[in-house]
Amino acid sequence: MRDNAPLLRIEGLRTVFRSSVGEIAAVDGVDLDVPRGRTLGIVGESGCGKSMLSLSVMRLVPPPGRVAQGRVLLEGQDLLRLSAGAMRQVRGGKVAMIFQEPMTSLNPVHSVGAQITEAMRAHDKSASGAELRDRAIEALKRVRIPSPESRFDDYPHQLSGGMRQRVMIAMALACRPQLLIADEPTTALDVTVQAQILDLLRELQDETGMSIILITHDLGVIAEMADEVAVMYAGKVVERATAAELFASPQHPYTLGLLGSIPRLDEDRERLLAIEGAVPPPFALPKGCRFHPRCPFAIEACTRAQPALEPVADGHLAACIRAPVEQSAELAA
Amino acid sequence: MLRHAVQRLAMAVPVMFGVLLVGFLLMQVVPTDPATVRAGPTATPDVIAAIRADLGLDRPLYEQFGLYLWRLLQGDLGVSIINNVPVTQELGATIGPTLELMVASLFWSIPLGIALGTIAAYWRGSLLDRAITALTVAGGSIPVFFLGLVLIWYVGFKWQLLPFTGRTGPLWTWEGVQGIILPALTLGGVFVGPVARMTRTAVLDVLGADHVRTARAKGLTERRVVTRHGLRNALIPVVTLIGLQIGFLLGGAVVTETVFSWPGVGRLAVGAILSSDFPMAQGTIIVLSMGFIVINLCVDLLYAALDPRIRHA
Ligand SMILES: Nc1ncnc2c1ncn2[C@@H]1O[C@H](COP(=O)(O)OP(=O)(O)OP(=O)(O)O)[C@@H](O)[C@H]1O
Ligand SMILES: [Mg+2]
Repeated sequence: MRDNAPLLRIEGLRTVFRSSVGEIAAVDGVDLDVPRGRTLGIVGESGCGKSMLSLSVMRLVPPPGRVAQGRVLLEGQDLLRLSAGAMRQVRGGKVAMIFQEPMTSLNPVHSVGAQITEAMRAHDKSASGAELRDRAIEALKRVRIPSPESRFDDYPHQLSGGMRQRVMIAMALACRPQLLIADEPTTALDVTVQAQILDLLRELQDETGMSIILITHDLGVIAEMADEVAVMYAGKVVERATAAELFASPQHPYTLGLLGSIPRLDEDRERLLAIEGAVPPPFALPKGCRFHPRCPFAIEACTRAQPALEPVADGHLAACIRAPVEQSAELAA
Repeated sequence: MLRHAVQRLAMAVPVMFGVLLVGFLLMQVVPTDPATVRAGPTATPDVIAAIRADLGLDRPLYEQFGLYLWRLLQGDLGVSIINNVPVTQELGATIGPTLELMVASLFWSIPLGIALGTIAAYWRGSLLDRAITALTVAGGSIPVFFLGLVLIWYVGFKWQLLPFTGRTGPLWTWEGVQGIILPALTLGGVFVGPVARMTRTAVLDVLGADHVRTARAKGLTERRVVTRHGLRNALIPVVTLIGLQIGFLLGGAVVTETVFSWPGVGRLAVGAILSSDFPMAQGTIIVLSMGFIVINLCVDLLYAALDPRIRHA
């Protein structure tokens, strides 16, 4: 395997829900690469399919949803074709996941130690109880939980939100995964704790060399954490670039809109670009470009065909027929 | 945990006191005078008065209650009007069989109900789920006595597979086990449905919870996800709901014992009431009420054992 080959490659992924109005796609033809040892940020408003995308990778889409098409290649191996047993070994083994709600993502009736050792035992049947306990305490130490020996026997309700998210991370990293999927890991936490958790993730990435998919609707988090970025809108990726490139020259009007909602201290017209309206639900998508009803640059052609994700610069893709446009110039006018 | 147990125990004391008070007052409102009954039909008024004084019936009510409690503490609940046997002696002989019957009934019905409910929840919407739901609704609406009579008629009488005429021996003998099967099927049978339905609802609730998704993301097997992260959490509401059915269990025991001539407290109670044996009836009511309190206490403790959030509160 070549070293610069991506760890995870998602091709044409489509995740659908069967409903009374027929199949609706929450994720609709997504292609993505996750480079080794780096962080891919996925950003987009609520409801644009970020969680469904990550759950599809884990094959944990809740019924009646299912992955209808595509490939999820982890080091060349298609996870969607694995047997249920083999997929279980991947979950928590090579690919681990943490979630948005640290308050409810841990089981309230088992101690945190038991929940961590359980994850370890699922992937290492031979280890003894004492060994697992030591390793779990080690894992708690790795996520900088103070006095891990006594925390081991605590129950989730005895810990703060930040501590619980640390436990979640410890549990996810218990078997040294190559890929960590973090679905809005800090959204439910207050700002200071949020910064601590992000720092921790970065440190752990440096230590272990794992890749991270970081899902968020906060471009500030992306700026801080991501090496590469994918912007999602209504089930599709509308722009892909390195983080530096994306912030320097955003191409898709939606990205511009998202950037506009970041407070800018150097300008006093910070909300100028904030996007009107909301993400359309998958069963009520507009014809043509899915963003055109909300797009300030939409022209007649935007209502007809869905634009494909195409290169606009080196390593920079955007799905907009108006890109690259001198959008900022237009706005200034 | 220990503090919780002590707390619960302390709360049970006033309830027990209330039960005793009601049991005592019950005796005051019955139209029969115990002294007259005790003295017999040929007794002179002098003799009745003497017995009345002897029983303390001429004293004020609160003194009588005090006396009644004092005697109770010494294990004296009076004697049967019918056969002059001490009430406590009869109760002592019948509590065992009643406990046997209850344990034997719950021993199979609760695990079966929980298993059926879990299966129905996991495969919700499937044919299996619908079959279980239909079965439990039907089972839940059969009256205890009817189920008992059907079992007696077919299994006991027509096919002669099992005895149905009361307790046939201690439980550690084969005869004893055979004898308890039909009564335990009867009393437990009406429990399977409610327990299954409660479990189905509770497990469905839990299976949608975030922590179950976490459990799957860890790579656990479905079986472990469902038992350790689904059912284990669902047991908390299930135990609470089972606790609410205790009255139903005691009532069912009375009916089952009567239908099967099972020599327990329930049958004793029915017999005592039908023959106006008031001291005996009072004794059985106290025992059944105490049973209610004790089972409730156990449920409370079990609840705390299952839920660390209560244990540490
Ligand atoms: N059970 C379901 N049935 C039908 N549609 C669903 C179901 N679950 C999710 N969806 C659809 O999938 C779409 C994507 O949801 P998803 O949770 O992936 O969004 P998200 O980008 O993660 O949003 P958020 O930021 O709120 O987490 C939603 O618009 C929703 O309508
Ligand atoms: Mg989400």
